[in-house]
Amino acid sequence: MRFLTISGPPSSGKTSVILRVIEALQLREKKIGVIKFDCLLTDDDKRYAEKGVLVQKGLSGALCPDHYFVSNIESCVTWGHENGCEYLISESAGLCNRCSPHINEITAVCVIDNLSGINTPRKIGPMLKSADIVVITKGDIVSQAEREVFASRVKQVNPGAIIMHVNGITGQGAFELTSLFEEASDIETLKGKTLRFSMPSALCSYCLGETRIGEEHQTGNIRKMDI
Amino acid sequence: MKATSLYHKPLAVTLEEHPYIEDFLSSFGLEIQPTTTSLEEYLDTLDPDLLEDLGISSEQLRKSLDDFLAGMLALQSPLDKVESLTIIGGRDKTGRPEHIELTLRPGEVVCIVGPTGSGKSRLLADIEWVAQGDTPTGRKILINDQVPDSKWRFSTEHKLVAQLSQNMNFVMDLSAEEFIRMHAESRLVTNPEEKIAQILEQANELAGERFSPNTPVTSLSGGQSRALMIADMAILSKSPIALIDEIENAGIDRKKALDLLVKEEKIILMATHDPILALMGDRRLVIRNGGIDKIIESSPAERKNLIALEELDNKLLALRNRIRGGETLENI
Ligand SMILES: Nc1ncnc2c1ncn2[C@@H]1O[C@H](COP(=O)(O)OP(=O)(O)OP(=O)(O)O)[C@@H](O)[C@H]1O
Ligand SMILES: Nc1nc2c(ncn2[C@@H]2O[C@H](COP(=O)(O)OP(=O)(O)O)[C@@H](O)[C@H]2O)c(=O)[nH]1
Ligand SMILES: [Mg+2]
Ligand SMILES: [Mg+2]
Ligand SMILES: [Zn+2]
Ligand SMILES: [Zn+2]
Repeated sequence: MRFLTISGPPSSGKTSVILRVIEALQLREKKIGVIKFDCLLTDDDKRYAEKGVLVQKGLSGALCPDHYFVSNIESCVTWGHENGCEYLISESAGLCNRCSPHINEITAVCVIDNLSGINTPRKIGPMLKSADIVVITKGDIVSQAEREVFASRVKQVNPGAIIMHVNGITGQGAFELTSLFEEASDIETLKGKTLRFSMPSALCSYCLGETRIGEEHQTGNIRKMDI
Repeated sequence: MKATSLYHKPLAVTLEEHPYIEDFLSSFGLEIQPTTTSLEEYLDTLDPDLLEDLGISSEQLRKSLDDFLAGMLALQSPLDKVESLTIIGGRDKTGRPEHIELTLRPGEVVCIVGPTGSGKSRLLADIEWVAQGDTPTGRKILINDQVPDSKWRFSTEHKLVAQLSQNMNFVMDLSAEEFIRMHAESRLVTNPEEKIAQILEQANELAGERFSPNTPVTSLSGGQSRALMIADMAILSKSPIALIDEIENAGIDRKKALDLLVKEEKIILMATHDPILALMGDRRLVIRNGGIDKIIESSPAERKNLIALEELDNKLLALRNRIRGGETLENI
């Protein structure tokens, strides 16, 4: 089973791109599973189910969605394998820019859009900087030169990645992206694998449910600004 | 030049020769000073806690810097020469084979015509992807009579193909000059200031209304944006193949624009509905139902008509200018 982790800022076009890739994989008669991770709510699972692929959905609620991802992804991979998926794709929204679901030796994709601003690639952490493939969407909205300038900013923070332009609506570029998916890591389980980058340690009193503001309520891992 | 030697020279020298290293590090939130220590020593002494906060590991930073420098050095090395581009037919939308093998050489302008949805953009995309039977059309593209190295597909340094697409919008918050500077820097051109001035000058010549270098790109008119992009492509792009998707629909001097693009020895493919542009090509590929249906060589009679068409066009242009200037058209 080929497994890929796909992440990216909210509304960057992850689901749209995955749907276009699914269409291209279905032309090749592949069996596909998708796992959707989100925080509060999502309808993406329905969009996937409409394509006739197997879907799992996980909502992290009060937890950091990426921490939640790591504690669940192994059983999701086992589920995909047991159900005979030839391709398993996980979609997770990068909500904290510092966490990243990418796993060593598992093909990692980051989806980012042309409209997010030239400084955004710098602000996104390991989710972008450690990805193998960076997909840039919404190129239909800007000129070619702006696409190139944006891509060069992405390349600056992840010079080793393959950068692809895909239109999430028309699917332009999706066929080409799919041929890269065909070379994705082939696995049966995640046992023994490691994250590409550690997730931030937080655990302060607020992580544990504290709501009161003030010095006396702050315990655990606390850091102060220089003012 | 190998990138490794640059890890050992004093930073004062390295940063002078490769100023983009500073920008690279700043994109990770790191600072660097032109001191006597080497890049190697600088990297070795970075605080692991700081790197952890910045969301990158020491090995990853090192690898990214290697990749980045390799890309920058590649930009400075000359492009492989493209002497020919061959399109080997695949199949149309109904699966009927497209019996065609067409070779194009630098200096040629080929127009692509056909109804909406017929597959003009798909043909351009096949060329950009250097398709090897792995797109819906099954077409194959050869460069210099050979299956090219797949590096063409992903290289941002040595792009085979430069595109000029239909969309000319901007969303970036930059002036025309800043935008072109950023584009030029990403291409690592020599004499950037000279090139930037040239591009702005050419763009102003193509556009009807002049604009200043300080104009935000987001407030350029359609014609001005298009003029800026055409000048940018003509002057900055080193790609041996240029794909143009419909340049007609904005207020620019089309003939001047095409002349500017053709001046460089490139292979040009242009999707168009414009009779003047279509006749300016050496030949036209007629696309129907996803396949190349016919190839028309521009005939001497057509060339003669081109002159008549241009006269007609100039006449219309003059009328347009009179309307713009607030005149009446009672006598034309
Ligand atoms: N030979 C083919 N086999 C299968 N699908 C094809 C083929 N050629 C084109 N298509 C598909 O047909 C659709 C329309 O093609 P395309 O966008 O290239 O049209 P176009 O001529 O550029 O239209 P417009 O004038 O509106 O820009 C695309 O989805 C494209 O992938
Ligand atoms: N114009 C344009 N819109 C896009 C493109 N890709 C996605 N979108 C739109 O962007 C919005 C968010 O897309 P979605 O796939 O749900 O993003 P996700 O949150 O990252 O999964 C939707 O309205 C999409 O239709 C694209 O390439 N071009
Ligand atoms: Mg989504
Ligand atoms: Mg088109
Ligand atoms: Zn987090
Ligand atoms: Zn906390």
